[in-house]
Amino acid sequence: MKRIKTPLTREGIKNLKAGENVLLSGTIYTARDQAHKRFAEAIKKGAKLPFGLKGEVIYYCGPTNTPKGKVIGSCGPTTSSRMDKFTPALLKKGLTAMIGKGGRSEEVIKAVRKYGAVYFLAPAGCGALIAEKVKSAKIVAYKDLGPEAVRKLEVKDFPLVVGIDMKGASVYGKK
Amino acid sequence: MKIIRTSTVTKAVSRLCIEANINLRKDVLAALKSACRRETNPRAKNFIRDIIKNASIAKRNNIAICQDTGLPVVFLEIGQGIQFTGVDLNKAVQKGIEAGYKKAGLRNSIVTDPVCRKGKQVFSPGIIHTDLVSGSRLKITVLPKGFGCENKSRLKMFNPTVDIAEIKEFIVAAVRDAGPDACPPYIVGVGIGGTADYACLLAKKALLKKVTSYELPVTSYESKLEKDLLKEINKLNIGPMGLGGKITALAVNIETQPTHIAGLPVAVNISCHALRSAAALL
Ligand code: SF4
Repeated sequence: MKRIKTPLTREGIKNLKAGENVLLSGTIYTARDQAHKRFAEAIKKGAKLPFGLKGEVIYYCGPTNTPKGKVIGSCGPTTSSRMDKFTPALLKKGLTAMIGKGGRSEEVIKAVRKYGAVYFLAPAGCGALIAEKVKSAKIVAYKDLGPEAVRKLEVKDFPLVVGIDMKGASVYGKK
Repeated sequence: MKIIRTSTVTKAVSRLCIEANINLRKDVLAALKSACRRETNPRAKNFIRDIIKNASIAKRNNIAICQDTGLPVVFLEIGQGIQFTGVDLNKAVQKGIEAGYKKAGLRNSIVTDPVCRKGKQVFSPGIIHTDLVSGSRLKITVLPKGFGCENKSRLKMFNPTVDIAEIKEFIVAAVRDAGPDACPPYIVGVGIGGTADYACLLAKKALLKKVTSYELPVTSYESKLEKDLLKEINKLNIGPMGLGGKITALAVNIETQPTHIAGLPVAVNISCHALRSAAALL
């Protein structure tokens, strides 16, 4: 199985093919609905985003609260399509990968191809299993959003499937 | 007359919230194991293994099966011979939800203002459904419903003369449209009859029925319909995680209710593979 490490480069992801299994290690950032809305507002205003997007990975995830003595609680993917309307603008700014579950819109597929990015699927509904792959977690922005705050996660061997590759091929085929 | 202190209800609800979110239902686990044997697509088979592994990790580490610990839906079957004392029953249930979710580190997924979505995310209110029954027992069932799959719910008011094929197609289409998004393999809850609102409630209650339609013999018109629908749905090739395979749904569960001569409400409430609920009798 292929192993990849963050920060990702176009070179490093260009050979990934839709349907392939990979293990991802390194830094990823959680962001879901409300954080995406704030990213969009920040971009519109020309304000800074909480982290530079170039080479980075966004994980559509809102973990549970952290049980005592644990690094993180259950932390599986949420439905990616709800982030579709915000995604092309982030890809334009250099975002290199997204992790979530389910299909994406034509616009997202086009933008993935245009800007040279990749969309991964995480094992959906397996938040306890994924939690074991997370070595550290820290809130880095939008703390007021609670579970929807942006968290910086260090992961080791996060099991993923390539959902949409750099050529725009989707594991779910054409819509 | 039996007296139940509502503080007992609070404690029970708290415990059930934790139980449901951390221990996968036995019937769901059995259905997954059977599905793993029957699935022939290697990737799909592997993914079902992951789901089973996830359930055992959750249990061992005492953490939620899924990060979406849902909007808690609480069903109360209240024996008419019961008298409650203490704070009112609604408050007691909500307090139980808050206590359980807090204690187990479950997720505060509720936003108080549904339109403006301002303010902090909280643990309650859960949704409460009550049924008055004979006797003097209280049955409490907690179903934490994740919204990835709740978002795929459907309701249609059919004409009473509709062909059954059309109803079937409506139910199958709900699953087809959910596609890979709502964490398949699914358990498909269907409510037929009653009124618009009641059909939706029946569809949700259908998820509380044991997940067995994949193995039980046909004994009634409904169970035949369940089997037929399951067969149709499993031809969709959505498969576990939406990556193809013959197990798109683990089961179809139907609940019915008499309805008006002028109509035929049909509701679909899909559950992801993480179908969670727990019940207790007081
Ligand atoms: S649909 Fe179910 S399994 Fe998937 S994220 Fe939501 S609650 Fe979890």
